[in-house]
Formats: sequence, C-alpha cells, structure tokens
Amino acid sequence: MGTTVSAMKEITVFGRGGQGTVVAAEILAEAYFHEGFYTQSFPSFGVERRGAPVTAFLRVDKEFIYLRSMIYKAHTGLILSPDVVNSPTFKPSLVGNATLVINSGRRLPEIPEYKCHYVDATGIALELGLGSKAQPLVNTAMLGAFARVCGDLSLENVLKAVENKVPLNVEKNVSAVKKAYKTVARIE
Amino acid sequence: MKKVVSGNEATSLAVKLSRAQVISAYPITPQTTISEKLSEICGSGELDARFVKVESEHSAMATLIGASSTGVRTFTATSAQGLALMHELLFWASGARLPIVMVDVNRAMAAPWTIWCDQTDSVAQRDTGWMQFYCWSNQEILDSVICSFKIAEKSSIPCMICYDGFFISHTNEPIDIPEQKQIDKFLPPRKAEYFLDIDNPQTFSGGTLPNYFMEIRYKLHDAFEKAQGVINDVYDGYNKLTGRSYEPIEPYYIDDADRVLITSGSAASTVFHTVNKMRKSGEKVGMLRIRQLRPFPEKELLYYIKPNIKYGALDRNLSPGTGGVFSQEIRSVLNRNGNGNRIHEFIAGLGGRDITTNNIEEIFKRIGNVEPDGINWVGLLK
Repeated sequence: MGTTVSAMKEITVFGRGGQGTVVAAEILAEAYFHEGFYTQSFPSFGVERRGAPVTAFLRVDKEFIYLRSMIYKAHTGLILSPDVVNSPTFKPSLVGNATLVINSGRRLPEIPEYKCHYVDATGIALELGLGSKAQPLVNTAMLGAFARVCGDLSLENVLKAVENKVPLNVEKNVSAVKKAYKTVARIE
Repeated sequence: MKKVVSGNEATSLAVKLSRAQVISAYPITPQTTISEKLSEICGSGELDARFVKVESEHSAMATLIGASSTGVRTFTATSAQGLALMHELLFWASGARLPIVMVDVNRAMAAPWTIWCDQTDSVAQRDTGWMQFYCWSNQEILDSVICSFKIAEKSSIPCMICYDGFFISHTNEPIDIPEQKQIDKFLPPRKAEYFLDIDNPQTFSGGTLPNYFMEIRYKLHDAFEKAQGVINDVYDGYNKLTGRSYEPIEPYYIDDADRVLITSGSAASTVFHTVNKMRKSGEKVGMLRIRQLRPFPEKELLYYIKPNIKYGALDRNLSPGTGGVFSQEIRSVLNRNGNGNRIHEFIAGLGGRDITTNNIEEIFKRIGNVEPDGINWVGLLK
C-alpha cells in the first residue's frame, strides 16, 4: 500500500472564476484515470466568484494517493488567465523548471525560467462560440494543448473525459480540444 | 464499476444504492452538492424517494423523525451551523431509537464566519446518542453510508457519517461502485418492529415519569455497548460482498514502531503518506486511525497501546480550554483502565488550515524527543 512519492505528478490550474478552472482539473483527473493512473483533483477551497483568481489542483500517480494537503510546488501549470503570472504568489507555487501551458497568442517575457508552451485558447473558444464574448470558456482548449505537451496522456482519453464531463456543447468542446492539440507551440 | 467521483457524489451514490425513501435537507456549504444531487435524482425518478424541501436544518431533522417513525428509510446531510441547529432534535432521534442516517461534511463552527474544514461541529454532538464514523477516502464514504443504514436499523441507533469539508467532500478520486442488485441483497427494505400506523394507533415518546425514563436511557446505553458487535457483523457481510472492510481502529506500521500517531479523517490520509515517506528513510513511525467516536472503540484502543512505544494524538477539532476531543477520549480510556502510557496532544488544521507532511514530520520529531507536555498547536502563525 506504499506511495511512490517521487513518481507522483502535481499539476496546478491557474484561472479566474467563470473560465472553467475547477472543471479543467476534474476532466484531467478523469482522463488520467482512463489512462490507468490514480488521480486526485480538488479546488483551492476558496470562495468562487466570477473574475476572482481560482486555482485547482491535480495529483497523478501509479498508486492510490494518500497525500491530502494542497499543492505547494507544482511540476506543471495550466495558465488559463495569463495575467496570473504577475501575481506575487505565482512563481513560489511552481518548481524551478516547471512545464507551463499558457493561454496566450504571444510569448510572455516575465517567465523565461519555465518550459513554456503557448496556445490561443481564447481565440479558439471565441471562434467556436464557447462561453460568451466577454467570458469565453477556455478550459477544454487548454486541455487539448496539455494533451500534446504532457507526454503521458493520449488525446483519445482527454476527448473521452471531455465527452463524459462537459454538460453542454460537447461537439464544440471536442473541436476546441483538437484545434488546441494541433496549434500549441513551444516557445523559448 | 470504477469511476472518478467527489466525496459528496460518493454520498449521493450510496444513498441511491441504499434506496432511501424520505430525504430532507437544507443547503449549506460544503454539503450543498449532496442535497442538490439527491433532489435531482428524486425529481427525475432515478431514486423512488420523497425529497422534502424545508426552511431549516431543524425542520429537516424534524421531518425525518416523523418519516422514520412510520418505518421508512431516511437520510439527510448537513454541516457546521446546520448541524448545531439540529442539536435538540438529535437527542430526540436517538431517544426515540430511530435509525436515521446523516452525513455531516465537517466544517468549522463560526464565529468568525468560515466555510472551511474542521471536526468541531460533529464532535460537539458527541453526547446526543448518535453513532459517529469518520472517513478518510471517497471509497470509505460510499461503503460507510451503505453499511450505516444496516447498522442503524439493526441497533435502532441513528448514525452520522463524518468527513472533512473540501479536503474530501470536493476531492475527486476513483472509487469502486457496487451493483444495485448486490446492495439490494445486502440491504433489504427496512422492517421496523414498531411504527406509526393509522390502522393500529399508538403513541411514541410521550411524557414519561421518573419511574421509567432512566430505564429507557439505560437501554440506549446498553444498545451502544452492544453496537460494536453489530458494526463488526455488518462490515463482515459487506466484506464478503465487496472485498472491502473497515476496523474501528486501523493500525498501520505499528509492529516495530517506536512512535505512533493516532488520528482521524483526512489528516490520517496525509499522516499515512508521511509515515510511508519517513519509513523509507528508516524512521520507525506508525499510525492508528480511529474511525469511530461513538461507540468509542475502547477495547480496540487498549489492544494497540503497548508499553515502550511513544504515542501522539492529532486532533482537527477543539474543545476550548481542554484540547482535542479524540485526545480526551484516548486519555479517558487509558486512565479508566490503569494504563500508564501518556500521550502527546496536538491541535492542527482548524478552520481549513492545511495539515502538511512537514507538520506531521515535526509532530513525530516532538513525540520522539520530549516528554508529553500538554497541548501543542501545530502550524500556528508565529
């Protein structure tokens, strides 16, 4: 019943209320579960309001995960709202060489120390009509980009989890995943 | 079937599998997603039960007292101030020997206002005559809710299933969900011996003179003394069905341990993770997980407490001026039985403060290095 501490992967999703941050972590948890992993996802236990910063956490391991504290040093970050990188709490919440998937059409100069991958999830969501113009739902596009970048999760299992967990506009969300999977780019 | 679900979804699934017949609840964070889901499946007909909307938790419990008195299977869920508002009726439910099952999603008591986790809400209901079980995983929630209906109905004592708000209620993890037909066999419909019946009018729990009241209380106490046998039988049966079982106190790595930490709830899960980690660097640490506050597993605790081992107890709850409630119970058992072991007492994680592996390593260090010296607060801001 031992836990392989070193093999456990910790992922933090950074967003703002209304972007689908918590649901993104839940979908990823299910996708990793389909992939054969044990998973644990949970919100940052804050009071959720539209527009307020929200974080959600995900742990992935080959064995059942007993650790139930919050994530303090994530290996991977999904950045749904790029302005969070300017928050004083952002960098301390990641390991030094973290892999990041960022919703941005342009490179962010503030974070040269991380392995950054960019995808225009807002553009994809607007194009497909996910959410409203003022508040596009970018979470599923971000998951498509993540599937391409992470190396241990297949696109098929992300799509399966999206189909199971997304309550509305399943086809549009599936398109968002596929489109982001194709267009995500690693930029030094 | 394996599925990724939250702690609160595990509750709703268990209530559905148990075919509860009357459900009444009032929304309160972090319990709300339970009553939302149950109201949805009662509305859709997926569960053939009556969901009674009420204006308060006090009314939710009153509704279930009425419903349970007619012989049907009943369920509610609440948290914190909601549970406190039920306080008066909790005594009524146990005194009337009604097998009501309730989930309390542990949340700290205000003031100051808070929605976050600690166990002070449920431990404060310790003396109301309800059984109390504390869970550490979503799987255990599902299993405990199903088993509690059977335990409550066999012993005529209401059951409260407690688990930590957010740290478990809002955490998604894979669980194994039994088939409906398996549970139908394990948990047939409730058969009440005495119940309100318009064809056979009777009065229950009416005014009682001093010549009988004490005997009625003695019978409730006696039922609690016998309850552990009922609990063990029910889990044996459940184990045969699903391969899963739970002990009132679960030991982890205690055989060669020099330091053992006793705790409950989600903290036990993080302690177990930390014990695994410390064992890898050769430290002889272990854990006892307590999953019942009532009936308190006195014999089981004494069985595990050995001389020459140093013990600590970690409480995520507080009785101000006295300390943690599980610690008090442990002290009381040791004292009553002339056991000379003294325990280190720790308070941590109140009002949602995280309990980390660093906190737990610090606790084990203290247990090893100093003599027990009253209550230690872990993770307090300097």
